[in-house]
Amino acid sequence: MSNAFDSSKPIFMQVRELIEDQIVNDQLKEGDQAPSTNQLVSFYKINHATVSKGINQLVEEGILFKRRGIGMFVAEGAKQTLMGQRKEAFVDNYVKSLMQEANKLGITQAEVIELIKNTKGSEV
Amino acid sequence: MAAKIELNNVTLKFGKFEALKDISLTLEAGKIHGLIGRNGAGKTTLLSLLAAFREPTQGQVEIDGEAVFENPEKMQQVGFIYEKNYADEYQKIPAMLEFPESYRPNYDKEYADYLLKRFKLPLDKPIYKLSKGMQSALNVVIGLASRTPITIFDEAYIGMDAPAREIFYQEILADQAKHPRTFILSTHLVSEMDYLFDNVVIIDHGRLLMNEDYETISAQGASITGAADQVDAFVSGMKLLNEQKLGGTKSVMVYGTLSEQHQLAAHQQGLEIGPVSLQDLFIHLTEEAH
Repeated sequence: MSNAFDSSKPIFMQVRELIEDQIVNDQLKEGDQAPSTNQLVSFYKINHATVSKGINQLVEEGILFKRRGIGMFVAEGAKQTLMGQRKEAFVDNYVKSLMQEANKLGITQAEVIELIKNTKGSEV
Repeated sequence: MAAKIELNNVTLKFGKFEALKDISLTLEAGKIHGLIGRNGAGKTTLLSLLAAFREPTQGQVEIDGEAVFENPEKMQQVGFIYEKNYADEYQKIPAMLEFPESYRPNYDKEYADYLLKRFKLPLDKPIYKLSKGMQSALNVVIGLASRTPITIFDEAYIGMDAPAREIFYQEILADQAKHPRTFILSTHLVSEMDYLFDNVVIIDHGRLLMNEDYETISAQGASITGAADQVDAFVSGMKLLNEQKLGGTKSVMVYGTLSEQHQLAAHQQGLEIGPVSLQDLFIHLTEEAH
């Protein structure tokens, strides 16, 4: 297994997130060919079954689509869908853990907001 | 071209010693099978039956429904690559490769030449002068380029350095995509090679312990980490493979599949659930059987 993955969650989920990231970051644009299962297996040294499981989820959700004998492509609207999903998960994935940690350390909500304002890159 | 292998109640005795005990298993055609087992578990013995080097004491070894032993047509389909003694091999590589070229119908000379270059094997030196790793790489070239419907690599990587092993693994995957066949890879380097396996066979003390596809096996274990008392309560009644404690934190490896309710419950209690590697499963399953 390559170092790109950790044991905090199932590897197949990390595989799909990896592809999702590339779509959200515009490294993979709509209509582009996504890396094949075989390429991912050789590159990341993870099992075929694991890679397929992650990829198949993306196919089922309409993020990727298969063209028989050619390969896997990024579907139209994929980026939009993913951004939507990620916004929904933003509170769970980031805000909750931020507030949990803040509570542990005794940082108040107002202080957290102040910290966010003062953080570089938060001016969007 | 790929072939299916079937063993029915195979037992092999050396005198009174039972090296293989009543093994029945099917290895599907066109897949990469990983054969793992501790030292002396019987891996090479099992493979030597497939290659028709021996006849089982009891039971049948069949390829595509036909017995293998003394069956020239089937034997030609099996390439068995293992550590050879080249101490007296004064020939050079090109002369050596004339053998598989004339005896293996699917031998691909172009592919062999490409592999020789990739492994940077010298063509102008007698083989006994090559390093152990280079001799192993030569075996790998023969095994891959022969494209036998059943290709067995029995710890073929011995002495090969990490970059050479990497080439070996890449070539297995690349050639399998173009020319599917039935591969059997026996290995001790489980964590290094497990990503290659479609199917995993574990043998221990001459017995078959497991023959499952990779996905099923990797779902067979989970690690649970969290506060010691919570972890203990959570895993009570489950089959434990291993536990480790660090201060108040405990990490437990369990054997079996966790239901979705279990996973949800663990999440709610703040327990972390992680995957268990094939290597860990293998270590603890074969340890337990003693």
